[in-house]
Amino acid sequence: MIVEVGHFALILAFAVACLQSGAVIWSLWSGNDDPRSLTTPAALAQFFLLLLSFLVLVHAYVVSDFSVENVWANSHSAKPLIYKISGSWGNHEGSMLLWVLILGLFGAAVALFGNNLPARLKSSVLGVQGLIGVAFLAFIMTTSNPFVRLSPAPFEGQGLNPILQDPALAFHPPLLYTGYVGFSMAFSFAIAALIEGHIGAAWARWVRPWTLAAWMFLTIGIAIGSWWAYYELGWGGWWFWDPVENASFMPWLAGTALLHSAVVMEKRDALKVWTILLAIITFALSLMGTFLVRSGVLTSVHSFATDPARGVFILAIIALFTGGAFTLFAWRAPLLRQGARFAPISREGSLVFNNFVLMIVCAAVLIGTLYPLALDALTGDKISVGPPYFNAVFVPLALALLAVMPFGPFLPWKRGSLADTAKRLRVPALLAAAAFVITLVLEPNGSLLAALGMAIGVWLMSGALAETAFRLKAFAAPWAEVRRRASNLPRASYGAMIAHFGLGVVVLGIVATSSWRAERILSMQPGQTIPFAGYELTFGKLASREGPNYRETFGNFELRKNGKLVTLLSPSKRQYVAPPTATTEAAIHASWAGDFYLVIGETGQSKTSSLAVRLYFHPLVRLIWIGAFIMFLGGALSLSDRRLRVGAPRRRAVSPAPPATAGRAS
Amino acid sequence: MTRKQRRSLFIGGGLAVLGLSAFLILSALNDSIVFFYSPTDVAQKHVQTGQRFRLGGLVSDGSFKRLNDTDVEFEIGDGNRALKVTYSGLLPDLFREGQGVVAEGALDPSGRFIADTVLAKHDENYMPREVAESLKKQGVWQGANAQPKQAAR
Repeated sequence: MIVEVGHFALILAFAVACLQSGAVIWSLWSGNDDPRSLTTPAALAQFFLLLLSFLVLVHAYVVSDFSVENVWANSHSAKPLIYKISGSWGNHEGSMLLWVLILGLFGAAVALFGNNLPARLKSSVLGVQGLIGVAFLAFIMTTSNPFVRLSPAPFEGQGLNPILQDPALAFHPPLLYTGYVGFSMAFSFAIAALIEGHIGAAWARWVRPWTLAAWMFLTIGIAIGSWWAYYELGWGGWWFWDPVENASFMPWLAGTALLHSAVVMEKRDALKVWTILLAIITFALSLMGTFLVRSGVLTSVHSFATDPARGVFILAIIALFTGGAFTLFAWRAPLLRQGARFAPISREGSLVFNNFVLMIVCAAVLIGTLYPLALDALTGDKISVGPPYFNAVFVPLALALLAVMPFGPFLPWKRGSLADTAKRLRVPALLAAAAFVITLVLEPNGSLLAALGMAIGVWLMSGALAETAFRLKAFAAPWAEVRRRASNLPRASYGAMIAHFGLGVVVLGIVATSSWRAERILSMQPGQTIPFAGYELTFGKLASREGPNYRETFGNFELRKNGKLVTLLSPSKRQYVAPPTATTEAAIHASWAGDFYLVIGETGQSKTSSLAVRLYFHPLVRLIWIGAFIMFLGGALSLSDRRLRVGAPRRRAVSPAPPATAGRAS
Repeated sequence: MTRKQRRSLFIGGGLAVLGLSAFLILSALNDSIVFFYSPTDVAQKHVQTGQRFRLGGLVSDGSFKRLNDTDVEFEIGDGNRALKVTYSGLLPDLFREGQGVVAEGALDPSGRFIADTVLAKHDENYMPREVAESLKKQGVWQGANAQPKQAAR
């Protein structure tokens, strides 16, 4: 009965979404009054219906109601509670329901907090959001309904794939989807602006918080996914350039570009058409990400149960929304008046360069991801494009972008001088040079590229700090003046500094772990000790134990440094009961210098008591995820800037201003 | 600088970077794509020794041999032909005789495939897509366990 309530709520949400978008389309068509008296309550109702529907699904998982096919196929009564809950979005149907729930959440957020928006714009935004909801709810109801019942109800479920039974994977999809779906806000605002036919700094100020929020969650979502792959898959890598990873990385690149071009638009009223285009592209890439993951057209290390009908449906949704958006763009974009001019060497110029390179990188990733698909369709040849391609293209482009990145925030708007900026970047340049030399001295066998990479990491971090120091006149003005400036500097400025600093941290981690990773595969006898990466590893013996829903064989290892016991490691092979699957669990000892990573091979196969082990040492690998978290925090700080929350000063009356919150000019 | 000069500087610089990137992308693609072959393809296409490719098929029954703790030997077959593969390293959890597998590496002069990567999938029922297609071509695989979920409906 409860399940049917959820099912009906889902259908009702679809009807409400139809009404919400239909009302806006009708009012545009007929030129009638603004339909805001309908769209706002509709957006709220849609959200609450979807929330109800989602909670019903979670409830079915918690009580293990195997009469629901989705629960039967993806859950098991012996599963720990947290994985029963996270299992509800650990599968296709449930994750799509989560997708529309987050869409509904964003719609409701606009309905509730969008009072400072012009009424017309707000309605149009909600109308486009409603339309996306219609498409995806239709998709769920026709191809991926999570509420389908089974009769008679099976006694026990089939269980969740054990590698998905993991705390990081419990949080990864909601965060990633908040990122993907968050870009739908930028898209809806872009479409609404095209319909309105004019756009300005105020528009950029409304869009920026949504884009920033989406970007933050996508950043942390990708980072958690990479962390999970690192410790759970047991391959010792953190990024594989796998299609599924690329699918989330492309919207991130485009979203990062959008975030920066929106700054230009907000401050200088320039790059309007480009920003609109980026908003459309970013959401199109988010949709494509959903398609690539869900349709299974590409061979991926992450396999999901796939179904061609779903792929075709999502492809139709992509064609409809991007096709429609680009048509509207071609028709209406010429109406948008271009804004202020600027010199190539200026803040605007640096942000254009940022956008340009980010989009080239994005295109390169797109080509590498889709090329196998295109070649298969055209010639029937089956190929794979692997890490060598992505590294060959990504590394030089990323280095070029990162090398000039610290200049950007120092350059003034409109026109600047490279010489002046270079003077202000003396200290970071010295630090970077020092990092370069120190790396070469410490690692004489390391490549020049690795030393350059470390130098760029330091360059980014110190460049970000130097920029804030310059704004505060630290070391130049009296203390009181610095303090006054520190409290006057907007939070968005601190946020940008922290995010740029975080990127430098990520770069250090990536360069160190890719350049100086040590790996060894060998066979160990019980009692044997081997030296590796400055540690001594001793293998004790194999033992086994029972977990809540698995049985595992684990090796007892002692890790010592200079004869002193550091920690005990117990990497294992697990055999899960439902579904009957074997997994490898790595044992990791984390330290500031790097991770000691240990995996064992097949147990009980060889006739002797020896054991195959694989050892890795990943120097500074934690910095990758710490840096991503710093970037997330930078975004959060920027989002808390009250200028973004309060909204833009109302310079021109677009429509009779609603008598809601008074926007304070800043 | 006049407006016109400035604009041509923008456009010229942009085109130069774009051209450079296109060159980078194309040359990287040229160097690093890896073809997927079944054992039958390998025999028909006379693949050169040392050329990297992906070999896919089923691990032949009874072919798996453990040379020592880290080195293994097995055959990948497609019902028509089979190729001997050696691999040094830890095998993925789902590696099993009779199951689909994709290995990446190159042929040595004796015609043996030296794999440096063996890919397996997360899912018990999963068949690598290329393997499934090449097996269908050879008429071996009927898609028996392709959609186990649908059976319940």
